[in-house]
Amino acid sequence: MHQKSLVELAADLQKGVYSSEELTRACLQRISTHDERLNSFVTVTAAQALAAAQAADGALKAGTAGPLTGIPFAHKDIFCTRGVKTSCGSKMLDNFISPYDATVTEKLLEAGAVMVGKTNMDEFAMGSSNETSFYGPVRNPWDEATVPGGSSGGSAAAVAARLVPASTGTDTGGSIRQPAALCGITGLKPTYGRVSRYGMIAFASSLDQGGAFTRSAADAAVMLGAMAGFDPRDSTSVDRPVDDYVAQLNEPLQGLKIGLPKEYFGEGLDSAVGDAVAAAIDEFRKLGATVVDISLPNTHLSVPAYYVVAPAECSSNLSRFDGVRFGHRAENPQDLEDLYTRSRGEGFGEEVKRRILVGTYALSAGYYDAYYLKAQQVRRLIRDDFLQAFAQVDVIMGPTAPSVAFKLGEKADDPVSMYLSDIYTIAVNLAGLPALSIPAGFSNGLPVGLHVTGNYFQEARLLNVGHQYQQVSDWHTRCPQGFE
Amino acid sequence: MEWETVIGLEIHTQLATKSKIFSAASTTYGAEPNTQACAVDLGLPGVLPVLNAEVVRMAAMFGLATHSTVAPRSVFARKNYFYPDLPKGYQISQFELPIVHDGHLDIDLENGGSKRIGITRAHLEEDAGKSLHENFQGKTGIDLNRAGTPLLEIVSEPDIRSAKEAVAYMKKIHSLVRYLGISDGNMQEGSFRCDANVSMRPKGQAEFGTRAEIKNINSFRFVEQAINYEVQRQIMLLESGGTVVQETRLFDADKHETRSMRSKEEANDYRYFPDPDLLPVELDDAFIEAVRKTLPELPDVRKARLVSDHALSEYDAGILTASRELADYFEAAAAAAGGAGKLAANWVMGELSGALNRGNYDITDSPVSAGTLGGLLQRIEDGTISGKLAKQVFEAMWKGEGTADEIIEQQGLKQISDAGAIAGIIREVLDNNPKQIEQYRGGQVKLFGFFVGQVMKATQGKANPKQVNELLRKLLDS
Repeated sequence: MHQKSLVELAADLQKGVYSSEELTRACLQRISTHDERLNSFVTVTAAQALAAAQAADGALKAGTAGPLTGIPFAHKDIFCTRGVKTSCGSKMLDNFISPYDATVTEKLLEAGAVMVGKTNMDEFAMGSSNETSFYGPVRNPWDEATVPGGSSGGSAAAVAARLVPASTGTDTGGSIRQPAALCGITGLKPTYGRVSRYGMIAFASSLDQGGAFTRSAADAAVMLGAMAGFDPRDSTSVDRPVDDYVAQLNEPLQGLKIGLPKEYFGEGLDSAVGDAVAAAIDEFRKLGATVVDISLPNTHLSVPAYYVVAPAECSSNLSRFDGVRFGHRAENPQDLEDLYTRSRGEGFGEEVKRRILVGTYALSAGYYDAYYLKAQQVRRLIRDDFLQAFAQVDVIMGPTAPSVAFKLGEKADDPVSMYLSDIYTIAVNLAGLPALSIPAGFSNGLPVGLHVTGNYFQEARLLNVGHQYQQVSDWHTRCPQGFE
Repeated sequence: MEWETVIGLEIHTQLATKSKIFSAASTTYGAEPNTQACAVDLGLPGVLPVLNAEVVRMAAMFGLATHSTVAPRSVFARKNYFYPDLPKGYQISQFELPIVHDGHLDIDLENGGSKRIGITRAHLEEDAGKSLHENFQGKTGIDLNRAGTPLLEIVSEPDIRSAKEAVAYMKKIHSLVRYLGISDGNMQEGSFRCDANVSMRPKGQAEFGTRAEIKNINSFRFVEQAINYEVQRQIMLLESGGTVVQETRLFDADKHETRSMRSKEEANDYRYFPDPDLLPVELDDAFIEAVRKTLPELPDVRKARLVSDHALSEYDAGILTASRELADYFEAAAAAAGGAGKLAANWVMGELSGALNRGNYDITDSPVSAGTLGGLLQRIEDGTISGKLAKQVFEAMWKGEGTADEIIEQQGLKQISDAGAIAGIIREVLDNNPKQIEQYRGGQVKLFGFFVGQVMKATQGKANPKQVNELLRKLLDS
């Protein structure tokens, strides 16, 4: 049953082909069989999952079940889960048992989904390879010598390896879409404000957005339907009704206008990746779409702007980890200064420290205008580029990442090269737009992702585009060897 | 050299909301440590602030009452610094775009004049928690009940020129926020405190001298003492050839002196930036006009009305309008006394205030209600009792023995105003004191008082003093 999609599993549960408890036990079994190699889970919540599965079976019998009732899934370890360790991939929170649930956690609980555990991630979501985790790197199921991408590497690998049918993730600069591409699955980053950030441990507040990993766009539509919605506890969430994402999946693509930004197909793009993307776009032509060449002229500014805004916000967001109220505290502090410096020095890893330092510098008196303020101005330029493009086209397509999965350790000592692996995804976060990554082929046996960006709150359109492509392609059904 | 003192005050007023500025936790004072701190106040990973709409309304009221601009758009920023009682490692405050700016307030000077003090800005922010250094054996305890309490920080222009003016300004703001009902102004509980920026310059010089900031002063008396000390310290320093260092100082209330806390070199770079968790506060004209309609009569307007309605002196009207509750009491008592405002003012500021002070009562829980006091004043007005006996009645009222009429009846205190009866008593007194009459008529006119006293004694003080005077003079001088 692990090869079935979320939608298929839900139908089977409804029909009573098997129970949620049986399905959950099967997932737990797969995790215990395969995850020692992948390291995609930080915590497995077996007892809790079985109790939730039994409750779901009750609801299924009583006829009160919804589309997610009894479906096992995993949470990125950035979402607070009451009574369960919420580590954010950091030594700093290795001892943190959250006393409350994130809004997304609550919503999935209410929907009857069964959490089987918390997935590995780059420390505080800072990374593109899942190598910065305190719990060690996650391995890509397609080739265990390569990275799964990051920061939501554990969530992506777990879905790709068929350990769970779906998982949650967060995306600040590409942290859902890039690992989805590298692991050959579907990853959706919704519009900023569509999914509540309450209880999602903040990295860069103005960029962070929760989303989902699934094996198909249709499955993502079900996940988003449960996760999205206005939350009075998050002032930046948007008070706007949630669309019926499933209902629009089957709209034909006849007349769809696809924009191809010339900036996404230039230098730095692996040619095999470019070929796979071009082939996918040809499929869309066959489905009745028209393709328009466009330009997003400020694209080259997105990585520099991002690496000012995100570190600046993180330098402030991570100040609360001071060893005083929760998290890692240094042994026998001599005084307050010592408590702070050693707790933070010991609790945070290298990449986190690097970004805190960069961000602190960017916000310092005398530098604020030149860096932070300038970066915010660049954000407006980038948003305006997109708005102009969307006056012409319905969606924008390109590669999700410039290359397929790279080797573990290959970029670990070269932050700039690592940062460039998010070059096609970052602008979307700066603008707050929704985007989807779907499997679009392989290069050297490793998956290639197609990146589809939509206008604000056009998630239904993105999922429709993804689903229609997945009706005429089978990349998304391919399973990595050893996980069949 | 003659020096001029330049002072600017930053007043922190706790807004009287039920819940905190960014969370639903209660703001009630005095709870067990850390029992009124929710996940948001503790700064747990993942939590987010949500602005309490009530604080916006209150800040707008303050802005309108001080002729300030209520900003159509204001922005919350993060002020970053580490301190154990600051849970998030930053304080959410307003920096570049405060909700209120460019207003003013007039204060009364001792010479009877008034002076306008500019209000630079007033911004909303959250309070920090409290560090407790006692009873933890060399460690520090943290109480986060206070964390997230809403504050309005009111920043004055450097228009204040003496400690006395500073106190007058602070009292005026104190009275205003209580009139507006936006703060309880309780200084013991820290709901109203101030920082004073003090500098000196040679009289006539335009530029300001280097200032020292005295932090966290929580009483009017301390403000006066701290500023006076600081002025003397700076003058001595300057006159002995030294320079004032820009620094933060602390007032020691026991030693009546200020001492250095940290210098500018050690000052934090707060790395302010707009808080990405909160949207800008946008207020339209309709909102501001709706708030304007809820403004109560303000102290200055009320004072002017009391002067004209009741012919009170500016001074008396100032005292009676210093708090909204006292002014309410006065107006109710005057109305119950049939409009005898002058008399009511004397009694409220005299007998009543004295009794309240002695018993440590607040005007709002006075044992004698405004209506009851008014009943007594009516009996003075209509001549039923003398002012002197009225004090006796007031004491009985204070003890809860009844209304003025009941007490006058019970104790038989009704004034004797029957001219015939009074004349009879006077004759009796004169008959009994022939020697004194002789002396009086021989020129010792001071003895007139002796006869009055005898008559009052014979009537147990109940004789109408005016009539006694008139009749006595007539009989003695005839």
